[in-house]
Amino acid sequence: MSKVKSLADLRKLRDELQTKVSLREKSDHPDKLVQVKVSMATCGIASGAKEVMNHMIEEMDRQAIDAIVTQTGCMGYCYAEPTIEVTLPNSAPVVFGHVDNKKANEIIEKYIIRGELVDGIIPVNYETVKENKNE
Amino acid sequence: MKDLSMHIMDIVQNSVRAKAENITLSIVTDEYWLTIKVQDDGKGMDEVTLQKVRDPFYTSRTTRKVGMGIPLIQQNAELTGGHVEIESTLGVGTTLTAQFGRKHIDRPPMGDIASTAAMMMTGNEGVNLQFEVQCGDEQFAISTNEVKEVLGDVDIRLPKVTSFLKEMIEENLRELKIEFD
Repeated sequence: MSKVKSLADLRKLRDELQTKVSLREKSDHPDKLVQVKVSMATCGIASGAKEVMNHMIEEMDRQAIDAIVTQTGCMGYCYAEPTIEVTLPNSAPVVFGHVDNKKANEIIEKYIIRGELVDGIIPVNYETVKENKNE
Repeated sequence: MKDLSMHIMDIVQNSVRAKAENITLSIVTDEYWLTIKVQDDGKGMDEVTLQKVRDPFYTSRTTRKVGMGIPLIQQNAELTGGHVEIESTLGVGTTLTAQFGRKHIDRPPMGDIASTAAMMMTGNEGVNLQFEVQCGDEQFAISTNEVKEVLGDVDIRLPKVTSFLKEMIEENLRELKIEFD
């Protein structure tokens, strides 16, 4: 019988993560971590946001990037779904539209790792139906 | 929506938006039916709102003017001979139950439920998600609080944690021979 992962294994993972001092210091100050928010409303999900989020988590795990990936609501850019908001430490959030797995790789490689801007940014001054973000 | 896990993600997101602190997602299958139930302790809805939620042109959002989540899951459920039931009390919470004909040819596949559950557990801050699966005599359950308790001061939102949970749920479902399709 093959071994099945359990919460005991999660404890091992925790010990492993806790020994990563850099991560621990950053976790106390979440603004020092890269933050990715994936827009996960009906419009986003139907356009493949779930797959993109899964892909980003796998890639960041593989490349050992210290980041936190969370979900958010509809940002009003339904025409450009899937959309993601990336906040690098000490910089303003940037929203990318039409993000598929390929685009996600480009964003990780160029924007998150090297800080270079890539195509597909939705300008922040774009007016939505009513100014009420993420509602 | 291509598969049921997309619908699940969508409906759970409704609960998150209703400011729920505890959400229970249960998937129960028997020979004929596949039932998805999402129960939350969010702000709930009054009678008038409850009557409008199945309307694709009703939404509580201000960022857009359509709300397709519930109409879409209802359409897919009804196509398989099933139905969607919504019960809600203002200030208490909402329960949505969607029943699908399990073996109906029009039933969308379950999709990647392990990664969906893992992402919902780690991606929604301040929400405790209880994920339960019951397939015949076999059962599997896990909750965000359990995971947080083990993790201690390690942030649950780290990609490593999500990947771990995904594999853990996947392996457990496989071990218990829980299959939906």
